[in-house]
Amino acid sequence: MVPFSVNAGGGPTIPNFGETSSCVQNNGTFCWDWFTQNWSSRVDFQARLVEHVELTVIAVVIGFAISFVLAVLAHRARWVVAPVTFVGSLLYTIPSVAAFEILVTITGINDVTVEIALVSYTLLILFTNTLAGLSNVSPDVVDAARGTGLTDTQILVRVELPLAVPTIIAGLRVAVVTIISLATVAALIVPEGLGKPIFDALGAGVFNTKFIASGVLCILLALLADALFVGVQRVLTPWATARRAR
Amino acid sequence: MSSPFLGAFSFLVDRSDVVLHDLATHLEISAEAVGIALVIGLPLGVFLGHIHRFSFLAINISNLGRALPSLALLAIFLPIVGIGQTDVLIALTVLAFPPILTNAYVAIDQVDPEVVDAAKGIGLHPMQVLLNVELPLALPLVFAGIRTSAVFVVATATLAGFFGGGGLGDIINNQESYRLSGVIGASYVLIVLAFLVQLLFVGVERLVTPAGLRVSRGLLGRLSRPTNDPSATPEAAEEGALQTTH
Repeated sequence: MVPFSVNAGGGPTIPNFGETSSCVQNNGTFCWDWFTQNWSSRVDFQARLVEHVELTVIAVVIGFAISFVLAVLAHRARWVVAPVTFVGSLLYTIPSVAAFEILVTITGINDVTVEIALVSYTLLILFTNTLAGLSNVSPDVVDAARGTGLTDTQILVRVELPLAVPTIIAGLRVAVVTIISLATVAALIVPEGLGKPIFDALGAGVFNTKFIASGVLCILLALLADALFVGVQRVLTPWATARRAR
Repeated sequence: MSSPFLGAFSFLVDRSDVVLHDLATHLEISAEAVGIALVIGLPLGVFLGHIHRFSFLAINISNLGRALPSLALLAIFLPIVGIGQTDVLIALTVLAFPPILTNAYVAIDQVDPEVVDAAKGIGLHPMQVLLNVELPLALPLVFAGIRTSAVFVVATATLAGFFGGGGLGDIINNQESYRLSGVIGASYVLIVLAFLVQLLFVGVERLVTPAGLRVSRGLLGRLSRPTNDPSATPEAAEEGALQTTH
């Protein structure tokens, strides 16, 4: 229930949005007090942030699982590359708003609809990078491995995949940042994520702080995710850092 | 009740006045954003590539650009410039800029140094080297950047409809007036538009590719190639630096 207060003059009741500061009343560019009040209640930016991360992680995990299997397959059977890349590019080119609107008519207003669309945008990036990682392993290295008596599967698991890790992580980095951006648009169909307060604010009169808070949180999330993957890349490939230092 | 997927086609026919008007606005906003980004990004990228300086800036700007969610940008600029076309134009231009700048830089920067030396050796001025040698060799990659930018902007311009900027998103944002068939119909147009823009630029890229660089691959082969964002190539992201493939 929204608490109401009567103002001193006995005039019309206005919703009491906590301590209504002059900043909020005048619709200042960014009202820090309003933001802190709405961090974990009402707009609940914290919850929206968590939803946003969930939407993103689920999409990237599923997308990676599919792309990984396809890439390993394509690494063995090159004819798989062209059709998968073609379908991936087609999906990637579909504007996200159109994809969401058409899918929601088929699969309904739910997270499954959102995830289908989001996953479809990860496939091209993750497939291309995983395959490139596997293909870029030097033939000499593979020959050496075969010479020591490793089977094809052992070569894949023990030699090719570890060497492909940096390229795979690079793909994940691009995919995650892309999906963080597209997940804001998902709020068009499900009331989740950092896009929700933005679309809400568009429908309910322009309250500046709400726009800026949602937008900045979204950008910070994307930059943080980007930095996180750069860090993971450094940790997993110390040789690359050493090479740079030389 | 007839299916909204079929109803969408009758909507497109019956309300062709609205659809064509919104399509025109959509193209206008997109063209303005890409146009402004071109005027700033192209000369800057070409110049920096020619002098082989500031690679860090030219390359990382596209990483940064990818990390900026479009909806977040629209939300952040809104309180500053107000709701409407200006907000949309600023956000779209910011998003259109990075691929153009980065591709132009990389395209010129990576022209074979021996070719450039040979051109200098026969006595060409730096300006002649740029115009007669570097630019022709770089054009395909330069146009690939413009294509990435244009396809992305045409898709993203849909959000303009939610921010009072008109375009096809306006129909999608007004389901009360245009019904589901209108929303689906606008989505159809949007998808076709994205593919047409993609095709158009693939065609232009072919035309501007110097005969010596032309590799015969079908139109499908071209289309199914991942968007040619150099910083998105696995090697580039892996090294945090930039390489490109032709």
